Amino acid sequence: MARITAGITTSHIPAVGAAIDLGKTHEPYWAPVFAGYEFSKRWIAEHQPDVVVLVYNDHASAFSLEMIPTFAIGCAESFAPADEGWGPRPVPVVRGHPELAWHIAQSAILDEFDMTIVNRMDVDHGLTVPLSLLFGQPAQWPVQVIPLAVNVVQYPPPTGNRCWNLGRAIRKAVASFDADLKVMIWGTGGMSHQLQGPRAGFINREFDTRFLDRLTQDPAGLTAIPHVEYVREAGSEGIELVMWLVMRGALEADAREVHRFYHVPASNTAVGHIILENPS
Amino acid sequence: MTSYNAAFQDIPGTTVFDATQSRLGYHLNMFCMSLMKPDNRAAFKADERSYLERFAMSVEQREAVLARDYNRMIALGGNIYFLAKIGATDGFSFQNLASKMTGMPEDAYKAMMVAGGRPPKGNRSKSDPAR
Repeated sequence: MARITAGITTSHIPAVGAAIDLGKTHEPYWAPVFAGYEFSKRWIAEHQPDVVVLVYNDHASAFSLEMIPTFAIGCAESFAPADEGWGPRPVPVVRGHPELAWHIAQSAILDEFDMTIVNRMDVDHGLTVPLSLLFGQPAQWPVQVIPLAVNVVQYPPPTGNRCWNLGRAIRKAVASFDADLKVMIWGTGGMSHQLQGPRAGFINREFDTRFLDRLTQDPAGLTAIPHVEYVREAGSEGIELVMWLVMRGALEADAREVHRFYHVPASNTAVGHIILENPS
Repeated sequence: MTSYNAAFQDIPGTTVFDATQSRLGYHLNMFCMSLMKPDNRAAFKADERSYLERFAMSVEQREAVLARDYNRMIALGGNIYFLAKIGATDGFSFQNLASKMTGMPEDAYKAMMVAGGRPPKGNRSKSDPAR
């Protein structure tokens, strides 16, 4: 049977992708950001997953205002990097895992999560920057990826509790997939940041630190945070943190923290990154 | 639902992209979406005013785009992830757009971020005494 071995959360800042693509990672501004992922690159090489369920949000790339799915699961064979206004990132095409993706979609829908099934979708920095942070610049991504796009652009986004429960449904789905696969779940976005209006540049280290602590100490308690508290305490784009709860809900209660990194700033954002291992 | 939406009004300098904003800004945001195609970016750059006439936007929305007044575009229903495509077409970083919206010179905005960002104190609530 397939099993979820670990969860990773990381910010997915577009400027971080640009720094990688333009060879700026050793510049003084960027070096401390990438130093926080050195351990993670070694760790993932040692714990190589077959498939990553990658929870991210589309930033008006695949989904405009014509259609706004709350939870969309990518079931295609492959996903091309999106042109976000600069031309597509020079990164490999993302290979999907249609069999597991369809299995998760079916299982989650029968568990009363009304997933949107997507057979054609370009993927933006929300999905490709985390892959670059963990795997660097390979000719091919070394994993198959199931994109799971969560709406956090149009209000209301799903509640933290709904995201957590979706994670639990994904855990159940993976455990019932009849193939010997090592699966990881990644939750991306965050941490505190605000990209709009006179309050842009908002950062809340204290909120972020507490959020990271509670991922192991009180994960269920995080599900009670209302949207207004995310916006007030973590900035308008800090709402992306609900996606971390999909990751956390998919792991066991006693998952163990093996790495944590926090840094301000990368562009407009507080970078947060954590690795949680399921008990083996 | 009213109280859900109203709760965000107390947060300073922030516009939540709710149903009201989304309906108001539909055509403005769809114009931005069109800038994801290289041909459209070229057409927009060649003649901004006539390109904007392809979209059923209000006069105020068109003027805000031409003036690159991002706060005004947000007030008129623009969403930052859509509006960022205008910035990308102009060749500006997201950080440049953010500095414009705060009214700070880009250098000063960058320095604020390097120093830890805009602090929560005084910026949580419109009624915050530190404001």
